[in-house]
Amino acid sequence: MDNVKAIVLRAAGINCDMETEHALRLAGAQAERIHINRVIDNPAMLDNYQIMVFPGGFSYGDDVAAGKILANQVVRHLSDILHKFIEDGKLVLGICNGFQVMIKTGIVPGLNGAGALSLTEHVVTLTNNDSGKFEDRWVYLLPGAERCVFVEPGKRIYLPIAHGEGKIVTNNEDTLNRMKQQGLVAFRYVDADGNEGGFPVNPNGSQDSIAALTDLTGRAMGMMPHPERCVRWTQHPHWTRLKNREGFADGMTIFANAVNYVKENF
Amino acid sequence: MKQWRFEISSKQGFPDVGGRDVLEDIRQLNIDSVEDVVSEKVYLIEADFDRAFAERVAGELLSDSVCQDWHIGKSGVPAGPMAATLIEVHLKSGVTDPAAESVRAALSDMGAGKVDSVRTARKYVLLGTVSDAERETIARRILANDCIEDVIYPGAPGDADPPSPHVEPYQMKLTEIPICGLSDAQLMQISKEKDMFLNLKEMQTIQAYYCDLDREPTDVELETLAQTWSEHCVHKTLKSSVDMELDGKKIHFDNLIKETIFRATKDLNKNWCISVFADNAGVIEFDDEHAVCFKVETHNHPSALDPYGGAATGIGGVIRDPMGTGMGAMPVANTDIFCFARPDMKLEDVPKGVLHPRRIMKGVVAGVRDYGNRMGIPTVNGALYFDDRYLSNPLVFCGNVGLIPRQKCFKNPQAGNLVIVVGGRTGRDGIHGATFSSGEMTHEHETIFSHAVQIGNAITEKKMLDTLLQARDANLYEAITDCGAGGLSSAVGEMGEKLGAEVDLEKVPLKYAGLSYTEIWISEAQERMVIAVKPENLDAIMAIFNAENVEATVIGQFTGDKKLTLRYNGTQVGQLEMDFLHEGICKYDRKAKWETKKLSEPVLPEKDNYNDDLHKILSSYNVASKEWVIRQYDHEVQGGSVIKPLMGTDNDGPMDAAVIRPKYEHDKGVSLSCGMNPCYGDIDPYWMALAGIDEAIRNLVCVGTNPERIALLDNYCWGDCTRPEMLGALVRASQACYDGAMGFGAPFISGKDSLNNEFVCDDGTRIAIPYTLLISAIGLVDDINTCVTMDAKQPGNLIFAVGLTKNELGGSHFYKVNGELGANVPKTDVKSAAQTAKRIHKAIITGLVRSCHDCSEGGLAVALAEMAFAGGYGIEADLRGLPASDDCMKTDSLLFSESNSRYLVEVDPPNYDAFARLMLNIPFGQVGEVIKDKKLLIHNGIQKTVIDVELNALKAAWQKPLAW
Repeated sequence: MDNVKAIVLRAAGINCDMETEHALRLAGAQAERIHINRVIDNPAMLDNYQIMVFPGGFSYGDDVAAGKILANQVVRHLSDILHKFIEDGKLVLGICNGFQVMIKTGIVPGLNGAGALSLTEHVVTLTNNDSGKFEDRWVYLLPGAERCVFVEPGKRIYLPIAHGEGKIVTNNEDTLNRMKQQGLVAFRYVDADGNEGGFPVNPNGSQDSIAALTDLTGRAMGMMPHPERCVRWTQHPHWTRLKNREGFADGMTIFANAVNYVKENF
Repeated sequence: MKQWRFEISSKQGFPDVGGRDVLEDIRQLNIDSVEDVVSEKVYLIEADFDRAFAERVAGELLSDSVCQDWHIGKSGVPAGPMAATLIEVHLKSGVTDPAAESVRAALSDMGAGKVDSVRTARKYVLLGTVSDAERETIARRILANDCIEDVIYPGAPGDADPPSPHVEPYQMKLTEIPICGLSDAQLMQISKEKDMFLNLKEMQTIQAYYCDLDREPTDVELETLAQTWSEHCVHKTLKSSVDMELDGKKIHFDNLIKETIFRATKDLNKNWCISVFADNAGVIEFDDEHAVCFKVETHNHPSALDPYGGAATGIGGVIRDPMGTGMGAMPVANTDIFCFARPDMKLEDVPKGVLHPRRIMKGVVAGVRDYGNRMGIPTVNGALYFDDRYLSNPLVFCGNVGLIPRQKCFKNPQAGNLVIVVGGRTGRDGIHGATFSSGEMTHEHETIFSHAVQIGNAITEKKMLDTLLQARDANLYEAITDCGAGGLSSAVGEMGEKLGAEVDLEKVPLKYAGLSYTEIWISEAQERMVIAVKPENLDAIMAIFNAENVEATVIGQFTGDKKLTLRYNGTQVGQLEMDFLHEGICKYDRKAKWETKKLSEPVLPEKDNYNDDLHKILSSYNVASKEWVIRQYDHEVQGGSVIKPLMGTDNDGPMDAAVIRPKYEHDKGVSLSCGMNPCYGDIDPYWMALAGIDEAIRNLVCVGTNPERIALLDNYCWGDCTRPEMLGALVRASQACYDGAMGFGAPFISGKDSLNNEFVCDDGTRIAIPYTLLISAIGLVDDINTCVTMDAKQPGNLIFAVGLTKNELGGSHFYKVNGELGANVPKTDVKSAAQTAKRIHKAIITGLVRSCHDCSEGGLAVALAEMAFAGGYGIEADLRGLPASDDCMKTDSLLFSESNSRYLVEVDPPNYDAFARLMLNIPFGQVGEVIKDKKLLIHNGIQKTVIDVELNALKAAWQKPLAW
């Protein structure tokens, strides 16, 4: 289909919705920002969209824990419709706070089954950075999951992170191994040469340098870095040093892959 | 109703970063007996649910099953061999708890039924043997702020219950304050007792007004006058008539600000200025559709008492200025400038009633971080300045830039419009903030003015912003302003100035019961805006607010009778003529005096090399890298960042100014910078102010701003201006503002002053801050693709110095690290400075410039070092290429003089001719070349190398001081 439609979900404290909508539009989607209250009023409206994005921000002030209150709201009100959305083969992307929401609803890594939402049965979470504070810095990311539709295998990209609670932790080694075996690690933090490392290469102390997770279908992905903040070259911190500034910058990969997937599969 | 207590802790094996940070702070206090700290979150919920539901709340909502444990009830001291001390920190009754509202909403989503109250607290377990005195020190110095929090020691003797969330209901009692017939002394006593900070002349004016009316004022009337007439709100000092004596010569101003700062704007008469000094922010053109507005405010006194809350509400408050400008702007960038005492000052040197500068700094940075980041507004520009005279009066400047449609730049409230308060509820927080911030601080302020501290909740403000912009675009209101200093009193009073208004105070939604009508009227509770709405638009606008859970309430209407009428449950509690309220304030005549100081230059011996001096300057707090602060701010949200605060090959070079691209549609940019140099003020505030203007402008020019489209903001922070010498310094600075604005063609569009920044210690000594004038500059970049950064780009490129280096080490960092002040303060030649700025701009937009950096603090040597380590390439320079005045011969002056209006420019060799042609008739010279070798080499002639240092060492020296 040519007419790809994306919904960017707003809520109290969400603040990256505009630039996310803009990036989706640049990638060729018809994107709209919609408040979650409207979706709760009329869940069936999701049928009109093929891509759903939980954008970044501080939903409900990150009170209790990052993304927790919004996750609570999503599970209470939108579990069924989201389950269906994912089962229908559609795409869900969570960025930063959106990733936190996806983790805390269980959408990713989805080890309880694709699209099975829950507030308790978790084995993976996102918690305070090892540094103990919010940080805005740029990181290199290396794809780890072949199957994830948002990822271009082998292509290292450079994006900014801006968060205080971005450290991936699992309840035990088994969970980590399962995620690795099942190809759920979508991106890892690496250095300019592609090697994993300590701070600041891995900016928050995430286990196994995990920056992004996908689910078993590869169609839902949550990531801490912000691809919408690096779609034009002048957003890149080295842009005045770069010789080649043709086309779009690294973050566009994520949105373009999503839109192309929908074009080809719907 | 049952009171449930939930305790949430980190699971074994998962780090407790909160506990770790506290432990680090305890070690900073030199208390070694604490071996570990465990931190926990406590939730106190009064609700109807049962135990089974409480367990769900704990497991599903309040804790994370992967990394946290929960406990319902009060857990005691942990088992184990180690001694343990418990400390709990609770918000005082009536202090806003930002997390409460979110938890309530989530409980409602879970179907919790009736929930009476939600309070959160922090619990700490100190492991190790801690004396009572140490426990007290840790609690007061690190964990809790007495202004807003209570400390409880569970299990210890005298263990108290947490403060009650419930407050007694208010019984209406109309209070009159008899003033007719009182003596002067009695009038002043009333002003003092009621914290009104009104002086005798003002009290007499009020007395005469009421004697004429043949009645006594009510308490709310007096409070309204005190708020409206406070220095904070009307700037009576800058508007007063001044008799100045400058080195014996007499100068008279009928109105100081009108004849200096405003006059420059008027004389320049730029057609791109849309609204200046009239609204909550100054407004200038951006493109055909939009304008940008800019405002910088200070929030000094509250930040001294409660650094976190004070700074958070400082940024929260200034964001509401553009939101309340014209018909409301969308905030697109923040800027923050702080002044502190040295953070490594000894604890015993900090006077009673004052927080340690390190604690203030950490709190202020965290406050701005948490509020600014939550609002989703990038903090792109800032500065930190250290001087021990800021010990008791730290300065916190917060600024915000907004984008506003050109046809929405003016308000139009009309009689018959409804007065609607939108956003947060009103509480007892921030009472007397406006009057308090107009007075001087004393060691007792910590206790007396705790109520002046406000607590912010960014998400309330963000929700309000989201809906207000929708309402604005649907043309559903006629006017908007923010509730800042003075609360509803100022907001309604100002909006209804030409109309008159009546307000029913019982309709104002409250956070809790118990507020008197006066408290409701003057509360400075955060996150509130007032709008004027036509009755026929009421339903439509309420629908927008309701759709996103934003509270909005009709509290009165604008009348047309030019009176301010206040009622509570139908009883009139106050009535004032708008004319008296806004025009009744008496005019002041002040005396000012300035005598140029007789200072001399030190005689410092010529050295073989200046490696050590360069290291010392790079390591001085004012010059050192501010990365620790910058990284904590989200400077890229909204996706508009073009020039970020830190760029270069390792993303750690200090950029001169910030550039954002506020609209997705085109490549036009807005640039921001600031200039401030209190050190020069110790020699002469005139040259200090001019240097600040030059610095702010050349910072903008360095990144590619069009110098013809720069506007300025002034923020004065001064001491007690009833002293002629203090006011004299302010007059000198204001004269420079006029001369600088005229010379550069850069009008002032907004400003604010904070006077009386003095502290009276318990032994009676006074500490005044240095004369501090912050110049903020905003400019337009016609095409952001032409912007340049300051990092060296390519070995083989040539480095030029543009602008004359003079023998001007007075007030410099070189003198500072050598313990001197000197006399030769940098004197800006505005005419040539403006010309240089234009040529540099031309060179940048024609693509001749690979990098550009301004020479400022630390002079040429520091600027070269920064360019080199930011770019990851060395620079080899020779001072003989530096264009210098005839009296500037010594190596130290050539290296470190802080002469203004100088730029270092990197040029590709093939562009040399074109660049040189552009610089014709401007002092410029080739000082060096970018080299592969990672070194800074500066020669002074063939035989003499005066700087020879590895870049890594320079960068480390520069990064170390604030790498916390």
